[in-house]
Amino acid sequence: MMLSLVAVGGVTSVLPEVHRVAVDVHHWVTDAEFTQMFVIARAAPGPNMLLVSLIGWHVAGLPGALIATAAMCLPSCALSYCVAQTWDRFRGAPWRRAVEHGLAPITIGLILATGWLVARGAPGGWPAYTIAGITTAVSVFTNLNPLWLFLAAGLLGLLGLV
Amino acid sequence: MTSAPGDTLRVTPGQLYHGFLYAGARGFGGAMPWARRMLVEERRWLTPREFTDAFSLCNFLPGPNIVNMSVIVGSRFGGPRGAVAAFTGLLTVPLLVVLTLAALYSRFGQLPAIDAVLRGVGASAGGLVLAAGLKMAEGLPRTVLGFGFMIVAFVAIGLLRWPLMPVLFTLAPLSVAAAWLHRR
Repeated sequence: MMLSLVAVGGVTSVLPEVHRVAVDVHHWVTDAEFTQMFVIARAAPGPNMLLVSLIGWHVAGLPGALIATAAMCLPSCALSYCVAQTWDRFRGAPWRRAVEHGLAPITIGLILATGWLVARGAPGGWPAYTIAGITTAVSVFTNLNPLWLFLAAGLLGLLGLV
Repeated sequence: MTSAPGDTLRVTPGQLYHGFLYAGARGFGGAMPWARRMLVEERRWLTPREFTDAFSLCNFLPGPNIVNMSVIVGSRFGGPRGAVAAFTGLLTVPLLVVLTLAALYSRFGQLPAIDAVLRGVGASAGGLVLAAGLKMAEGLPRTVLGFGFMIVAFVAIGLLRWPLMPVLFTLAPLSVAAAWLHRR
């Protein structure tokens, strides 16, 4: 479970690697179970990396879940902490401004790509795209709490419109 | 909480825990948009610019982005205790929910109604992430270069589905070099 340090750029990019380790190498879960867990982790609030907690839970119950979560988070957290300290020391240094200003547009491009992929990956074709578009517009132009949008979208799904 | 964000802002570990607890509890489909809403719009702990800078840093660190973000923001305001408070706050609710769901799921199997609801919410969640990205784009300096790199990154990853690492390691040095040349 030391995949944490490999997961540059977010967990979604290492999911294939998690799959390889959990299913092919260690046989902790089957292919079908992995897919189910992915859906559950996506459906619940919070970071998608909780998939790892589910695998841990499946293998060894509650201790397994806690250990897997910790293993996934601790190394990168420790690193983040050190980087944050160093980074603060160079507040205002010209090279730091350049790095930040250079990375920002790429980060935003990646976030837009993620939103695009999630919206496009939702099964349901045009009704789903419409919901995604309306959510985007409403959250950009108003301050409405997005939970209302989720509630409405969930209801539409329940009524069989998506 | 109307004071201007900055170094003088005091945030206790307790407040950090609560803030990230809420962000985590609401973070359907990924906690990033909720963390931005909480940090920038609701509590004003960070300016939009600071959020984008901190999030960029997290993107280039290994590990789950938003978890790193909680550590960085937490340590900035409260040192080690702040980092631990923000981190545990972020994960408390999601971990409980996910384990409960898994327990229910393994007992009752998949209900069609749940599936239908999740389809709707899934589409909406994608829209929310897009909106967060657009709001962050608003905060960029309005230069052709900045928007150019943003669009190239979006097209390469989102439309062409190129692997992340080569794209990042090609674009990042170019973009940083461009920002260095245009520094004021």
